[in-house]
Amino acid sequence: MKYVDEFRDRDLAKSIALGIRQEADPGRTYNLMEFCGGHTHAIFRYGVKDLMPENVRFVHGPGCPVCVLSVRRLDDAVEIAERHNVILCTYGDMMRVPGTKQRSLIKAKAAGADIRMVYSTMDALKIARDNTGRQVVFFAIGFETTTPPTAVAIIQAQKEGLSNFSVFCNHVLTPSAIGHILASPEVRDLGTVRIDGFLGPSHVSSVIGSEPYEFFAEEFGKPVVIAGFEPLDVMQSTLMLMRQINEGRHEVENEYTRVVSREGNLKAQNLVSQVFELRQSFEWRGLGKVPYSALKIRKDFAEFDAEKRFEVTEKVSREVKSCECPAILRGVKKPTDCKLFGTVCTPDNPMGSCMVSSEGACAAYWTYGRYRDKARSSRQEAAA
Amino acid sequence: MCLAIPAKVTQLLDDAMAIVALEGIRKKISIALVEDLSVGDYVLVHVGYALHKVSPEEANRTLALMAEVGVLQEELDDIEEASR
Amino acid sequence: MTVAPSDPGRRNGTVDMVHGGGGRAMAELIKDLFQRHLSNPILDQGHDAALLEAEPGKLVVSTDGHVISPLFFPGGDIGSLSVHGTLNDVAMAGARPLCLTAGFILEEGFPLADLERIVMSMASAASQTGVPVVTGDTKVVEKGKGDGVFITTTGLGVVPHGVEISVARAKPGQAILLSGSIGDHGVAILSKRENLEFETEILSDCAALHTLVADMVAAAPDIAVLRDPTRGGLAATLNELARAAGVGMHLDETAIPVKDDVSAACELLGLDPLHVANEGKLVCLCEQADAGKLLSVMQAHPLGRDAAIIGRVTEDEARLVEMETEIGGLRVVDWLSGEQLPRIC
Repeated sequence: MKYVDEFRDRDLAKSIALGIRQEADPGRTYNLMEFCGGHTHAIFRYGVKDLMPENVRFVHGPGCPVCVLSVRRLDDAVEIAERHNVILCTYGDMMRVPGTKQRSLIKAKAAGADIRMVYSTMDALKIARDNTGRQVVFFAIGFETTTPPTAVAIIQAQKEGLSNFSVFCNHVLTPSAIGHILASPEVRDLGTVRIDGFLGPSHVSSVIGSEPYEFFAEEFGKPVVIAGFEPLDVMQSTLMLMRQINEGRHEVENEYTRVVSREGNLKAQNLVSQVFELRQSFEWRGLGKVPYSALKIRKDFAEFDAEKRFEVTEKVSREVKSCECPAILRGVKKPTDCKLFGTVCTPDNPMGSCMVSSEGACAAYWTYGRYRDKARSSRQEAAA
Repeated sequence: MCLAIPAKVTQLLDDAMAIVALEGIRKKISIALVEDLSVGDYVLVHVGYALHKVSPEEANRTLALMAEVGVLQEELDDIEEASR
Repeated sequence: MTVAPSDPGRRNGTVDMVHGGGGRAMAELIKDLFQRHLSNPILDQGHDAALLEAEPGKLVVSTDGHVISPLFFPGGDIGSLSVHGTLNDVAMAGARPLCLTAGFILEEGFPLADLERIVMSMASAASQTGVPVVTGDTKVVEKGKGDGVFITTTGLGVVPHGVEISVARAKPGQAILLSGSIGDHGVAILSKRENLEFETEILSDCAALHTLVADMVAAAPDIAVLRDPTRGGLAATLNELARAAGVGMHLDETAIPVKDDVSAACELLGLDPLHVANEGKLVCLCEQADAGKLLSVMQAHPLGRDAAIIGRVTEDEARLVEMETEIGGLRVVDWLSGEQLPRIC
């Protein structure tokens, strides 16, 4: 696969790894937050960590749209599907995420709700066209990458007069989440979470460009390197971050230039702002209420807004109490710090969102990284 | 976040649609989000939409930068060896 | 063939409740459709139970229910699948398959032409593999209570003397061999799923492996374990073996054959080829001394041309399947959780 295989080359990986070891100052640790779940996944899926020196540490960020969706919004989606007898369309990723009392879309489907997995918003439109007698709701989740396709679908629905189609909008914004983390007391005042630099989003940045991160680099004095999702991209960006840290720089650099420009995809940005506007505040799992961190559908397209079309009841939504997803999403805790991890909570029986999404830190850690614990426990045994 | 994969545009269709190829896999996608596409271009595909063109020049430049790390490393090793 | 006036289904060309009722319509459907295509001396006796000559050696029996959507897919259909799938389960004991039985559950309204196509495909699979379907059964369920056709097949086979293939014989140090590329079946099926459609030339690898097994057993009777990785992919099979035998495994990602198109489809849908289903591949654990010999025997067989040594069995109390990745890192290869769903992130 062109533009894929080259960026998984073993020999190049070896040489970048050598470069990283050379660059690493043994007197310091490099705590690098990979904001995106895509990076988390690549780090674990390819065993990137094995090629890194001990003092290069990855702190997993909240950039997994499935993980950060609040339980409340998920419960609402289940309610729309069950109570209003609609066809609810959703991306496969959402199907198994547990809501209140472990209720997920896949369970609601098994109980008779008409929930359909789609690959694209175009599929949801097609389902609406094929079922004109029924209401079809697209359960939209995702960051700036996934938002433009939803905008296109809404514009298309208006053009076609597809009056049975609507969108339950949960699109969220990356820069507000990064800003929220950097401004949080754990990072800013208490220093419980050390972040020396950011691996910046790759595909989000193809849409929004690298410019929005310039503020963070400046305001918080943290280097940012926009990094592709292939393992060599992650490694090269790590090296670029380390160089910035060693040289005391804090700039926005771009490793993923083959897709990301400073201004991003203007056509996509225009379509998004045509259809969506900022919400004053939106609740994230893990981060709580974050001001101006999400999008809602503009008045001009209000007829396609599922929140206006379907009433949802006030409900008490609850996460599993001892689930540490919130702290893990903020980088405050590691999956292994959670009491539920690997005991009651596994991918077969997930208690929280981070164990469901293949980009969630818990799932990545459990699915790909368990051998580390084994190594650790056998080292401990040997020491004892 | 945001699974996307580079694929080659093999045919432009009406209504802002196109056929892309990834090895022998062919898929119909929307190109409503990208401007000035030609057959032969590579695009990043996400949820059935082309998100952005992939720049061959920039891809080569990045690969060259990566390779340079290794070359530098070899030179350093050589220097180290010579100084022993 | 004459159509009984009491058979409304035959006139409409669809399966009718009367076809499962035990009356004349059922008898004629069996005669005209099942017996006609699947004909062999034992089935033709027309008994409720098939009579077979007993053979010396250990008997192997395996049964498998086949449900698949779509019923017809690139490279096969539920008919050929129901023959190959069960034969493979028998063959994985190192056995020579003797015969099959088939139970059909048909949904009212199912097109008879499709049913005939399926039965003909079964018949051709049975004759190509030389393993006859010797007895069968048909039931009809009301519309909405089935999914077209379900087929359960049972296979009978005999294990040659001196062959003892069992998961209990998996031991650290053994080599892990794989007979060919993974994920072909699953990708062929996915390409036809609603809302996922993509075009591919990939065909299901659906095939009967008993002749490959016969060659392998003849070359190295001391094979420890054979398994065919089907649902859940190679990852599930290796984890099952590791768990059952109390061992670990170490794989080399670059040694595992995956076709370019299968990799591409997996990248597009966010799937891992290790989790994608196969219907014509086997995994073999054997002593290192036998590995080279077995590999060349496999590669000489048409169903094992791309065979490879993909790793080794290790000692590991945690029973983990580990893999050295393309770039030289290490990761765990886990079971798949639940159904495999395409993902966007």
